[in-house]
Amino acid sequence: MSRADFPIFNAHPELIYLDSAATTQKPQAVVDALSSFYSKSYATVHRGVYPMGERATELYEGARAYVAEFLGAKSADEVVFLRNATEALNLVAEAWGRPNLGPKDRIVTTIMEHHSNFLPWQRLARQTGAELVVLPVTGNGQLDMEAARRELQAGASVLAVTMVSNVLGTVNPIACLAAMAHAQGAVVVVDGAQAVAHRPVNVTQMEADFFVFSGHKAYAPTGIGVLWGRSELLAQMEPFLVGGEMVNSVSLKKTTFLDPPHRFEAGTPAVAEAIALKGALEYIKNIGFDSILGQEAALLELLLTGLGQIPGVSILGPEGHLREGLVSFLMDGVHPHDISGFLGEKGIAVRAGFHCAQPLHEALGIPATVRASIGIYNTEDDVRTFLRGLEDARALFTGERQWTTSTASR
Amino acid sequence: MDDIYRQQIMDHYQHPRHQGELQNPTRREHDSNPLCGDSIYLDLNIDDEGTVQDCRFHGEGCSISQAAADMLCHVSRGKSISDLAAFDKDDMLKLLGIPLGPVRLKCGLLAYKILKVALVKHAMGTDGVEPHDGLKPPSQ
Repeated sequence: MSRADFPIFNAHPELIYLDSAATTQKPQAVVDALSSFYSKSYATVHRGVYPMGERATELYEGARAYVAEFLGAKSADEVVFLRNATEALNLVAEAWGRPNLGPKDRIVTTIMEHHSNFLPWQRLARQTGAELVVLPVTGNGQLDMEAARRELQAGASVLAVTMVSNVLGTVNPIACLAAMAHAQGAVVVVDGAQAVAHRPVNVTQMEADFFVFSGHKAYAPTGIGVLWGRSELLAQMEPFLVGGEMVNSVSLKKTTFLDPPHRFEAGTPAVAEAIALKGALEYIKNIGFDSILGQEAALLELLLTGLGQIPGVSILGPEGHLREGLVSFLMDGVHPHDISGFLGEKGIAVRAGFHCAQPLHEALGIPATVRASIGIYNTEDDVRTFLRGLEDARALFTGERQWTTSTASR
Repeated sequence: MDDIYRQQIMDHYQHPRHQGELQNPTRREHDSNPLCGDSIYLDLNIDDEGTVQDCRFHGEGCSISQAAADMLCHVSRGKSISDLAAFDKDDMLKLLGIPLGPVRLKCGLLAYKILKVALVKHAMGTDGVEPHDGLKPPSQ
């Protein structure tokens, strides 16, 4: 089983980690990739004309080529290494959006976006005078496709949409949305943060123009993220940050910049993290998406069934439709923080709050929620223990049962 | 262990003694933790001698934020402003009695923070009750 691949569970054998939608634990292969690069071949990239520097460059550019292949991109030059999805989306809004949009343009996004795919567009709309259109969700937690058709047909310059909602678990029909958006000449920006570790992604097939994800949600280290962009678009764009590494030549009067992707990688990049990102994606590929999809769907089913049997629990997100292995829910009379705090003390990690999607919570008219999300290391036992813990939390906080040491410990 | 404190917190959460609104508070103060949805209004009646004659809270939030507000009201009643000025963060945490991580700390200290702001505004003679700092008034 893959749980054994993750050293965190050696350090904490009892840990039940159900917060992978926030960030995933790291397999030994990724820890080793970091450690091996730092202890055996560390140097910076693209500069040192000495063997170690050349080796580091090969490893770094090799990681880029691997990411391109993983995403189904046409060329490694379309893959930009950045800090995370947030930085990538800000880059697209600033470097592509700002010079290209004006008061007549419409930016179409959805109410289910993570703040990182909402705030850059909200700010861009304010800066350029463009109109910001936010597509609603249906009562079943799916994107309102009627509204999407209507709004895109009314004219759109950008469609910024998440592949998978980090609150609802909804999997959006990106290829269909992209086709509608492209019919209006819009550029399609896809947030893949919740997707890459859980389902196959092919940026060419989905016909996105930009696709972003964070390494840390895909078993890779923090501090490394990816922007994939169509080469024609990247080629037209000015740099986002300027500084070291990304220039051809610099003089007092005139500076010329490198071609993409290096034009967008100012400063010494996260070399070790990029190399370890390759390790993480290899790890995913070795397990295989068939196996990941099967395992996560089985655990999701168990989770949904179990939650449905607990009195007072209401589940967010689509019922009976394709959804990812994450479930946000509310429990009558028990505050989400109390649930996550109580479970936390039993060694069960779940998230409580708005999950960086406050507009969605507002639109649904709900306060904070609790979210349990599945990763490659989770087992049926994890889900069952979580459900038992939830029953205890309910009994305790609704006053059915008194707090004793036996309720508090597992 | 912590059990006695936890039971006490649950007791204040499930059976609050000082929840509600005062008819004519000399001061009403509100604050929230927008990221957790904790929201508390604190009503105070402070007489001319500077004694807190009555103190009530209402709002919503997790057990810790609500129990902390109830416990703080209990402590504040009958105290003078100078007594309460000496009541510090550590005293509040001692009152709760359970270890709080950085996130729950905000819940545990929300009512305390509101009380401190209320006392400062009282000392400065800032207008007392209206207009709720521009925030929506309590329901009911």
